[in-house]
Amino acid sequence: MKNNNIKLMQGNEAVVEGAIAAGMRFYGGYPITPSTEIAEGSAQKLPRVGGKFIQMEDEIGGMAATIGAALTGVKAMTATSGPGFSLKQENIGYAAMAEIPCVIVNVQRHGPSTGLPTSPSQGDVMQAKWGTHGDHPVIALAPSSVKEAFDITVRAFNLAEKYRTPVILLMDEIVGHMREGIRIPDASELEIVDRKKPAGNGEDYLAYKVAEGESVPPMAGFGDGYRYHVTGLVHDESGFPVNSNAVADKLCTRLMTKIEDNIDDIVTYEELYMEDAEIVVVSYGGTARSAKSAVKKAREKGLKVGMFRPITIWPFPEKQVKEFAQKAKGIIVAELNYGQLVLEVERVVKGSSDIFHIGKVDGDIITPDEILSKIEEVI
Amino acid sequence: MDKLPHIWCPGCGHGILMRSIAQAIENLGLDKDKVCIVSGIGCSSRAPGYMDFNTLHTTHGRALAFATGVKLARPELEVIVITGDGDATAIGGNHLIHACRRNINITTIVFNNNIYGMTGGQYSPTTPTGELGTTAPYGNIDRPFNIPELAAAAGATYVARGTAYHANQLIKLVEKGIQNKGFSLIEGVSVCPTYYGRKNKKGSAVDIMKWQKDHAVDVKVAEKLSPEQLEGKFLIGEFKNATAPEYTEEYQKIIDRFTKER
Ligand SMILES: Cc1ncc(C[n+]2csc(CCOP(=O)(O)OP(=O)(O)O)c2C)c(N)n1
Ligand code: SF4
Repeated sequence: MKNNNIKLMQGNEAVVEGAIAAGMRFYGGYPITPSTEIAEGSAQKLPRVGGKFIQMEDEIGGMAATIGAALTGVKAMTATSGPGFSLKQENIGYAAMAEIPCVIVNVQRHGPSTGLPTSPSQGDVMQAKWGTHGDHPVIALAPSSVKEAFDITVRAFNLAEKYRTPVILLMDEIVGHMREGIRIPDASELEIVDRKKPAGNGEDYLAYKVAEGESVPPMAGFGDGYRYHVTGLVHDESGFPVNSNAVADKLCTRLMTKIEDNIDDIVTYEELYMEDAEIVVVSYGGTARSAKSAVKKAREKGLKVGMFRPITIWPFPEKQVKEFAQKAKGIIVAELNYGQLVLEVERVVKGSSDIFHIGKVDGDIITPDEILSKIEEVI
Repeated sequence: MDKLPHIWCPGCGHGILMRSIAQAIENLGLDKDKVCIVSGIGCSSRAPGYMDFNTLHTTHGRALAFATGVKLARPELEVIVITGDGDATAIGGNHLIHACRRNINITTIVFNNNIYGMTGGQYSPTTPTGELGTTAPYGNIDRPFNIPELAAAAGATYVARGTAYHANQLIKLVEKGIQNKGFSLIEGVSVCPTYYGRKNKKGSAVDIMKWQKDHAVDVKVAEKLSPEQLEGKFLIGEFKNATAPEYTEEYQKIIDRFTKER
């Protein structure tokens, strides 16, 4: 059967479509530009599929309600931008510690503080990783097009459910507000992952017990007949707090390794003309669109330039970057900030290639010509 | 019971308040699997760790926001929030007034010990003016909240106050709060001999309980007393019992509009 479900929509609208297709049935949030359309779209669509939307009193409450809902077994999401993302941080850490699957969309906007509310930025890369306190793994995904906003939202839910962890959809205003025609796939075309539920009865349920050879405990919803305790404190397999160095070490290490041991399953990226590239342009999200056209223009001029676009920003695609850095003479990182992801590239490359940075903090996008002239300058 | 001994100090009133809630749940014959107890952070907020229900210990001040997500996502759960005076009215004040305003069917019991217990005795939004805290070494100049008045004004449909001394009455108040279809707030006046009591020379836990006995006046009795007779006293009992549309039911009506049409 031919699917003609082609629609012209914004990236933000595609996030809502993708989320509902992935099974999102709860949204709790607080409106903020440039993410507002995600709240509006969720408010409109969720009750039509039996889901719930609530506009909370602030972003902290939005994050909290999202976690509470996820704990009853539903797939839950919240969306925000800059200042709201800062407010959500404490509870994002809670979701990581208590292993509550949920999706947090951050349509990045210019900052610091209220900055330029309607202007694009990619200034929250490090906040996505280090925003809350303590050590914990982070999964953050950055789409580059409206179609990808749909697909990657589905993926964000799948990863959240599979690894029982909050997943950050790191959008930017460019992708959030850009309009493109996309084909909405049929439900049958989508791979949907649901959290693993416990087998057996409630009596001997240990909420945080991990089966031999696995790293993610199955999760019962509150109300399913498995009574258990959930806390942000260090807890044992039963979920109850314990003040023990050994338990703390075991728990925090498992939280880390459940992601680290599955990097190949989580990390995705796009490559263009990388086979013989002497210069590699690294960029992501909305900026990658300029990078792609700059790299194409450079190729037309006969320059050996390639593009590497991390789609998974965290965990950082270390292996892939290390590999091309061995061959490339230079790497140009283009991003809408003063220098954030470039730090990761530098850390991974460890001097085996020259690194250049194109950063912008004036609220405007980086143009293809700006990237092209940098390519011509360094080649 | 393997979670005992509990973390509370000898003489702490929080255990009595927790027991009153457990008793109210038992008296109402609620299904344990359908009860969800949510708390924030503080001495009081450790109570759910000792209770055999679905229990959720959240972040400081956010219990009501988490609870709102639980309740809206799964309205058949009986959601009960246990929170401290600081947790509920300082850091969580915004969530408190909005939960009251929505009239979402959650029952909140505020364990009010007039101090920040867990962090060691700093003044809270309910520390009376002039009293001492570790961060009010020269006397507190803040004016305290009256929690039931705050909740009633913000739209809670059931509002009451009990004390650790009047434990039997408290059980009844919690029962009625749970039965109310809407947002219920019951303030439970607690006893913190360790910090509030010692700082403000209130004596032992027993002395503080005696003080509660001697100074609490039931609202119904108070109606017949003169302002002079009520001088220095505080009111307990049921302050408000009203009806208003309940949030999760109103939302269900929106869902029904789409699902019943087909
Ligand atoms: C965001 C945040 N700020 C501060 C704290 C520290 N803190 C923990 S408990 C508490 C006060 C608790 O007082 P209250 O709610 O009155 O409960 P009690 O301990 O007296 O029962 C504070 C300030 C925290 N845990 N989190
Ligand atoms: S500090 Fe006060 S409130 Fe906390 S456990 Fe001790 S007596 Fe109870």
